[in-house]
Amino acid sequence: MSGIRDKVAIIGMGCTRFGELWDMSQEDLVIDACFEAFEDAGIESKDIDACWLGTVDGGNLGSRLTRILKLQYVPVTRVENLCATGTDAFRNACYAVAAGASEMALVCGVEKLKDTGYEGALGGSLDAEYQSRIEVSVGPPTMFGVRATKYFETYGLTPEKGKEILSKIAVKNHYNGARSSKAQFQKEITVEQAIKAPIIAAPLGIFDCCGVTDGSAAAIITTPEKAKEMGKDYVLVKGLGMCNNAAQPILDDDYDFIHFHENKISAQRAYDEAGITNPREEVDVAIVHDCFTITEMIVMEDLQFSKEGEAWKDYEEGFFSLDGGLPVNSDGGLKCFGHPLGATGLRMLYEIYNQLKGRCGERQLKDPKIGLTHNLAGNPDCYCVAISILGKPE
Amino acid sequence: MIGITSIGAYVPVWRLDKSTIARHLRGEKAVANFDEDAITMAVAAGMSALDGADRSDIGALYFASASSPYREKMAATLIGSAMDLPREIRAVDMSHSTRGGTAAVLAAMDSVKAGSAKQAMVIASDMRPGKPGSNHEQNFGDGAASLVIGDTDVAVSIEDSYSVSNEMMDMWRGEDEKYVRSWETRFYVTQGYMKTVGEAIGGLMKKTGIKPQDIAKAVLYSPDGRSVAGLAKSMGFDPKGQLQDILFMQMGNTGTAYCLQLLVAALEDAKPGDKILLASYGNGADAILLQVTDNIDKLKNKDIMNRMLESKKQVPDYITYLKWREILDTNPQHARPTPIASATNLWREHEGIIPFHGQKCTECGHVEWPPQRICSKCQTMDKFETVRLSEKRAKLFTHSKDVITSQVDLPLIYSVVNFEGGGRMITTVTDKDVKEIHNGMDLEPTFRKLFHSEGHTNYFWKTMPIRLK
Repeated sequence: MSGIRDKVAIIGMGCTRFGELWDMSQEDLVIDACFEAFEDAGIESKDIDACWLGTVDGGNLGSRLTRILKLQYVPVTRVENLCATGTDAFRNACYAVAAGASEMALVCGVEKLKDTGYEGALGGSLDAEYQSRIEVSVGPPTMFGVRATKYFETYGLTPEKGKEILSKIAVKNHYNGARSSKAQFQKEITVEQAIKAPIIAAPLGIFDCCGVTDGSAAAIITTPEKAKEMGKDYVLVKGLGMCNNAAQPILDDDYDFIHFHENKISAQRAYDEAGITNPREEVDVAIVHDCFTITEMIVMEDLQFSKEGEAWKDYEEGFFSLDGGLPVNSDGGLKCFGHPLGATGLRMLYEIYNQLKGRCGERQLKDPKIGLTHNLAGNPDCYCVAISILGKPE
Repeated sequence: MIGITSIGAYVPVWRLDKSTIARHLRGEKAVANFDEDAITMAVAAGMSALDGADRSDIGALYFASASSPYREKMAATLIGSAMDLPREIRAVDMSHSTRGGTAAVLAAMDSVKAGSAKQAMVIASDMRPGKPGSNHEQNFGDGAASLVIGDTDVAVSIEDSYSVSNEMMDMWRGEDEKYVRSWETRFYVTQGYMKTVGEAIGGLMKKTGIKPQDIAKAVLYSPDGRSVAGLAKSMGFDPKGQLQDILFMQMGNTGTAYCLQLLVAALEDAKPGDKILLASYGNGADAILLQVTDNIDKLKNKDIMNRMLESKKQVPDYITYLKWREILDTNPQHARPTPIASATNLWREHEGIIPFHGQKCTECGHVEWPPQRICSKCQTMDKFETVRLSEKRAKLFTHSKDVITSQVDLPLIYSVVNFEGGGRMITTVTDKDVKEIHNGMDLEPTFRKLFHSEGHTNYFWKTMPIRLK
């Protein structure tokens, strides 16, 4: 199995501002993201030969995309894998390009969450609309909070110390977000502010949680040969890894809730494909799924950026800060962008793509060569994790 | 000989100090939590009477309640299934009167006598709604009791009975009414309660030749804290020596369950040979003569009423009680509406939900819940045996404390729990004091209401801190 490495090039990307965009429709979001990507790639919409649309709650049928963009009779695949939708849409498009089935593919992720009138995120159920409804109906902060409690207990952190570490993660991401012009939240916060913020689901408070936002992001991908022919400054796909679990967290009482095994497995697949053997050293920047601060901390260990039980020390030492050894969520992460489900994975790729191209202004890292995105979906009994690794051409 | 072979009772852990209703009131009443009703309390009382016993001899279940939640839809089937009784039982709801508890005892006795059931189970349970500010609200408490009636190893034999039927409008609840109504208190106490219970007891004494002094304990229903003493005295009993404490100051009048709970309490100190008089009230009265046998010493759960009464937590204030009863609507304005549960799905998944069956893979021994077609450990298909999780203890593996989802379950303890012997579920911890919540704590399953929508209540199991240590 030769894998995807160096077979697909990103030649253009676009991303809307993320936030409570009361004055923008799904249509506006898609058009803004896709046309920025077209312009970046130096193409027109008629050059697109296949599309992948990632959206969870944005309605059915891939034709939504062709209808909005007025694309003329091209195939559109609508992808849904909950919070990992964006990365999975990208992944499917990559395989189509690598297989020669598409030479100029558009991937668009979009979510318009602020039209419902309801507060908070979508409910937690993964099942079809008609169901027995015996599962506890709570929002995502509550579901992820159980991991913080267990992490603190397992590694001997007092609730106060644990909360302080989580707050430092929020502070780091807000620092980065304050330097991201498209982020929902662009203000720095202090550790004290985060600790004292209202509780949502203890131990998680407001600053441990990402927002509910609208947004869209898009990518244009092609083969490296075509990219070269077009004279584009492109970014290569180095590895893709994804897996869905079989409800082990609830069916297997050994599942420890301080790891996501799905992270470890997906990451290993992507590392193998990209030829990475020491992720902590070889990955220059990572944009990960910090739906909650505790998620980011656990992800650091699962992706082998930190040793088991020691991510909290790396945060104390600033290892994941913009000026640290491995900057994580250099754009502010979900913490500052919020989480428009289908768009998030592509927003992550947008940051890596721009970092590799040196376009990130005040938050630009020094000559990064390998970047990783990590997208995690699900509730405590079922997860999907999708990871992509991008790199500069040699 | 036919009589009681097993007993059980349930008093909700919550007590409302009546002075929180009105400053001059004294005593406490037992108050069901927001997620309890007559059905869930019935399951709790019934499970305590079963106490892990084999269910195969039980041939009938008589459920009595004046506050059964459905106008149409049997409660006994749901209660029987939650307790994992066999499908082949005669399930009967005896509704609409506080006299139903003793009616159920007599029906159960008749079933065993007639040979239609080897053992018959009786459960009486009530959570009667009293209007805020009314004396009903002050008097009514919530609770349940359960008896198993059989003809072997009988601990308390049913000797004889006498029933009086009396048509009068003393207490009622109309078709669309939320609260119990009554005619003037003096009318129902003097002309209803005193007269008809007296008539039934007098009839029983005359029929059996028993004299008041032959009775070791008179276990009598009482509509309030006082009237029973007057009744006992008028029948020739010594209210101090012979009358069973009606526990009114500890739990209130628990309706249909009341005199059966008092009977269970009376058995704690009962001695072989004791004669017990049991009398109920509700549009007439049933008086039943019982006699304690030598098997009384082998009867389990004899102290359950005392232990249930001692194990208690205080409802913080009257407002909380009003929220629990949905007298105050606390549904947040901007929450997504609660959709109805699919009856089809509930029916298909019944085994995992109501009798709470997990499964053990016969190939690899892995225990899991909810039931799967394919073992998550070894991927073998359709080779499982049943594990009844409702009788397993559990430990809290991890949790979070949610303060945004519910205004009545606050904080909501979202929990991952592991069952002894294997199996895991994600649930909540109810009947808790938030200060006692910690990873590793011991829990037990408890059958509760999850939510209701379009007239349908979704029942399922939650966990709670171990109630009786």
